[in-house]
Amino acid sequence: MSITVLQGGLQSTIQDLGRNGFTHYGISASGAADKLSLRIGNLLVGNPDSFSGLEMTLTGGKYQFNKDAFIALTGSEFKVQLDGDSFPFNKGVYIRKGQILRIDGTKNGARCYLCLRGGFDIPKYLSGTTTHIMSGLGGLNGRAVQKGDELKIGTFEKISQPLIIKQSLDTNYNIIRITSGLQYVWFDDSAWDSFTNQYYTVSENFSRMGLRLEGDPIQSKKGNEILTEGIPLGAVQVPGGGDPIISFVEHQTTGGYPKIANVITADMYKVGQLKPGDQFQFQLITIEEAEKLRLKQESYIQSLKYHD
Amino acid sequence: MFTRYLLDHTSPEILNIHPAYNSVMVTISNEGSISRVTEHLQKSISNALIGKTPRGRAVEIPVLYNGKMGPDMGLVCKKTGLDPAEVIKRHSEANYLVYFTGFSIGFPYLGGMDESIAAPRLDLPRKSVPAGSVGIAGNQTGIYPMSSPGGWNLIGRTPLSIFNAKAPGDSLVQMGDIVRFRPIDETEYDALVGK
Repeated sequence: MSITVLQGGLQSTIQDLGRNGFTHYGISASGAADKLSLRIGNLLVGNPDSFSGLEMTLTGGKYQFNKDAFIALTGSEFKVQLDGDSFPFNKGVYIRKGQILRIDGTKNGARCYLCLRGGFDIPKYLSGTTTHIMSGLGGLNGRAVQKGDELKIGTFEKISQPLIIKQSLDTNYNIIRITSGLQYVWFDDSAWDSFTNQYYTVSENFSRMGLRLEGDPIQSKKGNEILTEGIPLGAVQVPGGGDPIISFVEHQTTGGYPKIANVITADMYKVGQLKPGDQFQFQLITIEEAEKLRLKQESYIQSLKYHD
Repeated sequence: MFTRYLLDHTSPEILNIHPAYNSVMVTISNEGSISRVTEHLQKSISNALIGKTPRGRAVEIPVLYNGKMGPDMGLVCKKTGLDPAEVIKRHSEANYLVYFTGFSIGFPYLGGMDESIAAPRLDLPRKSVPAGSVGIAGNQTGIYPMSSPGGWNLIGRTPLSIFNAKAPGDSLVQMGDIVRFRPIDETEYDALVGK
């Protein structure tokens, strides 16, 4: 049984935690832009946190349920109605066959997630179900969902308790923490001052591949080209113009721009919630602090899994 | 060589491996420890140095040069001062090492092009370059594994599919291979299409 897409929204894609293990073929992991929200959404409906959900961008779309379902919406709050009635975020809710969920524009960040008990029944491409939009691979036919699509609901037989959460996530997207990048010495003190003291604005050039930022340009003292090397998720690259680019989930696996910094793993979910016009500051921390924050966030998620 | 070793002796804490010319980057899983992965990498480097270097396979890529498959041959001739026959000769007589695949899906980085046929990128990149196109950009030559935008000077096209998206490990062109281009005519091109 399935959900019928009545309206696809701006860019609604099937996402999971990423297609890892294939970057040496040039295939970046992709996966949810805000993995934290996808994981919490899955736990709210009693799924393992790695199940596939629907990622919606800026505006959600309209979906009809052809079967009873248990669902949750997480991430940024969008305007939502179920058959005309208001609908909560961050809470598991039963939906009856025939009901229509209408998800309009966002009230704050860029993305929200629809998770449902059993997940979406989507065939894996290599190690994941995630849609890689840029290359047209994975997910539902390698593309965003559109009117008329049928999204099959999966099954999950194991008895598991859905999660109930009380506190909400840190949604302060004004500070994005970074560690220094491989070419950090290419940038002198004044470039670093400018980089960490100014507010950057997310430009219209924002996608799952990367976010281009606007601000006072910063210049490297050694040029703008390095011998091609690996690019990780969250790398902050500085091309010739001096406006940084944050490489995102569908990033190129290698590249030749100098990398001044890297967004820490624990703050990547915030990058997934940035939208054009948003302003934020970078804050430099050490790699040891970044690792502590990553492990702390991970143990928080793990602790949610074993609730009563 | 190190990448190969690492792929065969990976660790559950390593999420992804990004090989390049003279570097290998790895990313760590959410639960992973930087110090444990660093230790694993140090051990792997020593072990990889002791081990035998696997020999790259020799891979021949048939190419229909010039004409409508190589619309920028004229530009390359102008930039190099050579005639098409000479560009084809120099391009197809070299052995190319596949340093790694990266950037976008299945894109092989080839080293070893004769510098006399180097030509700067197009001023205006194409919105779509057909899969199999063979091009020159600066000192590099490459093959587009999939249809994509691109700014390389296109000098020909191979009828073969160089990347197997369903099973990347079975792709025709892989990291460490030695590639040679073989000029073919239209009849052979048509016979090989889709093989």
